[in-house]
Amino acid sequence: MAAPTEGPEQARAQAPAPVPAPAPAPAPAPAPLLRVVAKCSRSRARAGELLLPHGAVPCPVFMPVGTRGTAKGITAAQLAALGCRICLGNTYHLGTRPGPELVQRAGGLHGFMGWARNLLTDSGGFQMVSLAALSEVTEGGVRFLSPYGGAELLLSPERSVHIQNALGADIIMQLDDVVSSTTTGPRVEEAMHRSVRWLDRCIAAHRRPSQQSLFAIIQGGLDPALRRRCLEEMTRRDVPGFAIGGLSGGEEKEQFWRMVKLCTDLLPPDKPRYLMGVGYATDLVVCVALGCDMFDCVFPTRTARFGSALVPWGSLQLKSQQFAKDFRPIDERCGCPTCRRHSRAYLHALLRSDPAALHHLTVHNIAYQLELMRAMRDSIVGQRFPDFVRDFVRARYGGPERCPPWARHALEAAGIVLE
Amino acid sequence: MRLKLFGVGSGRLGMLAELGRSGAGSLALPGCLLYTRGGSAPHLTCDTLGEVAGVPPVAQLTLSFMAELHEVLQEYKEGAAKFIGMPDTAVYCSLHDPVAPCPSGYNTNKAASVWGTSGRMEITASKFMDIQRAIQPDWFQCISDGDTISGEVSRKRAKKSVDRSLSFLDVCLQLLEKSPELQGSVMFGAIEGGDVLEERLRSARETAKRPVGGFLLDGFQGSAMAKETKLKLIASVTAELPEDKPRIIHGVGKPDEVLECIERGVDIFESFFPFQVTERGCALVFGYDYHPGPEAAVSKQNGAQELEKNGAEEDQDEIAKADPEMTPFEIFLKDKRYQDDFGPLLEGCSCYCCQRHTRAYLHHLLVTNELLAGVLLMMHNFQHYFSFFGAIRDALRDNKLDQLKKFIFSQALQGPADARTGQ
Repeated sequence: MAAPTEGPEQARAQAPAPVPAPAPAPAPAPAPLLRVVAKCSRSRARAGELLLPHGAVPCPVFMPVGTRGTAKGITAAQLAALGCRICLGNTYHLGTRPGPELVQRAGGLHGFMGWARNLLTDSGGFQMVSLAALSEVTEGGVRFLSPYGGAELLLSPERSVHIQNALGADIIMQLDDVVSSTTTGPRVEEAMHRSVRWLDRCIAAHRRPSQQSLFAIIQGGLDPALRRRCLEEMTRRDVPGFAIGGLSGGEEKEQFWRMVKLCTDLLPPDKPRYLMGVGYATDLVVCVALGCDMFDCVFPTRTARFGSALVPWGSLQLKSQQFAKDFRPIDERCGCPTCRRHSRAYLHALLRSDPAALHHLTVHNIAYQLELMRAMRDSIVGQRFPDFVRDFVRARYGGPERCPPWARHALEAAGIVLE
Repeated sequence: MRLKLFGVGSGRLGMLAELGRSGAGSLALPGCLLYTRGGSAPHLTCDTLGEVAGVPPVAQLTLSFMAELHEVLQEYKEGAAKFIGMPDTAVYCSLHDPVAPCPSGYNTNKAASVWGTSGRMEITASKFMDIQRAIQPDWFQCISDGDTISGEVSRKRAKKSVDRSLSFLDVCLQLLEKSPELQGSVMFGAIEGGDVLEERLRSARETAKRPVGGFLLDGFQGSAMAKETKLKLIASVTAELPEDKPRIIHGVGKPDEVLECIERGVDIFESFFPFQVTERGCALVFGYDYHPGPEAAVSKQNGAQELEKNGAEEDQDEIAKADPEMTPFEIFLKDKRYQDDFGPLLEGCSCYCCQRHTRAYLHHLLVTNELLAGVLLMMHNFQHYFSFFGAIRDALRDNKLDQLKKFIFSQALQGPADARTGQ
């Protein structure tokens, strides 16, 4: 009996041969997470949708960071109204306070936060290493002193996944052995191999694979050979998506983009690529051109709290006296609630006297990031992405000749020439 | 601005009509203003404020914030309401921020001092009117000397506060006539006099002789004045005032004190109290549904239980310290007892926070110092407070203010909510 996918010609060709035994029914393939809707014909940019349990998410996508279950002073309703469909929670913070058991009782992180759309949690590893006292990485996991009470705790791959299972985010991350991108030497190789072993342990420990997508995280520092090795190993595992980790930590931009490109060259095209910790506008545009789909960064929300508003040509430091009598909105072409109602002069005055000013800026900065992604996606779908990039560079830097060299090189490697 | 009174029973039920420079606004009385900081509802943007039900149509601005923006507003030319992003809201400008302390000893015969972000500003009557011309408020208090609230006030000092305020008033009235930018604005006269009855009466009578739009009962802020003195003075003052002009009081916000003032002829209050509650990590949970019947008995009991819940639990771990200023009308959400309390802040409350979030979530946000705690608490506390004023008006309409008062006072007497574990 011909398998359903064979056409009439093949059936005719087969007719004289003995009928092959029916193939065993294949195990049901997990529904693919990414649906690619358009591909840029010049660069590696893709537009698509992430088919997640709490609604489809158009990509490329920027995910605001909500650290402890809130996007810094913005309500869930405000975040949804801005068009956000997925945001981040930090496992380290939530895992320590209020703790996974309590969050689970509250209906998972979705119930606890009152967020009906998608969530992604990280593994907790990164904050552990950067925040916790006396953290020490062993094969078992990351050993650290609890900031509340000082007890010694171990965050193992299993524990990280189980916490994330309890939190219930739609996308969860493996625990990886993170080293700073400026680290060199055998530690980088050790961390890469360990991350592969920890990926396997995470996959084995994952209790809710049909509800939560577990992503692998490609490590290997700035060493192409190590990155390649990591990619080879990790792509052999059947995970729904891949993150590119260990970058955006102070390394040279010329090395940064080369590592991103190496990863996107070798990662399977039919699965989403999540570049962790990237959020500056130029970086986003370049990395979309290189083939990344998902991004997260604290930058837009953090910079809002310092009084900085993001605009296509850079940023406005609204605390500066130059804005005291500037009665224009932050960006005349921005349709966010802040720009529709308030002037730079008012925000400048308010910044000096009340924390509410920060919320206005957080709303605007998130709106800016999401609008940038939306515009990029639109241009990919409309086969206009290279023009978009050229316009973006002109608006931000004044002209292609003033574009930072690393970005120009990266775009050229991706197939986009600025002039 | 026109005052319409529907009845004067145990309080004045009515409406402030033809409000605002457009003449189209109205404020139901007794009522309160929207407290703002820097022209924005604290912690809130337009969208989050928009989720709060019952927001009063008049926002309170303070000269302490606006004075520093004098030059900016002069260049802007279109007035403070538009500048702060509330073009359709009526704006009342007070001299001081009810929440910020005012150091004593700085007023003179010629000028009063206000404190902004850059420090003290000395304002003469003429400079005051200059600034008001740039602000273009719908309604404002006349500059006055209210520096009688810190500790012992001598008769002499009380008399001076009255003399100075009247003198400021007369200068400002003259300047008001000559200010086309302020044609649509209403100025209230401030009644001063400290805690000296004679001076209070003199201030009331003299101020009432002037063509002011209404009266501010000033100098009743703080806790230096004895309660009985305060109430007696308020009653004596309003007795001297014409019935057909509105009376506003500054510095009074607690539910029981609001009721006492309403009984003594006050119409309008500020809403800084829910802000103070928010700042100390608390949520207002007092009841104002006094209706007799089995439901009310249950809700009254719930109210009592709320306020004394789990008193026996003692923590060995960090004990969150409640603010000593905390009133019996609130719960302190940082307290460990709320860590796994998955109920809303207040059962039956229809505010954004209570419809979507739990006490456990607010507890978590407070413990982790998240900015969102202030946002959600402010939304709840404002809505609850504005609802309370609605309940007052309903009670007056039904001639049941006494019962509401009894209910509120019974909650006031139960003592601090977290007495045993909070300290």
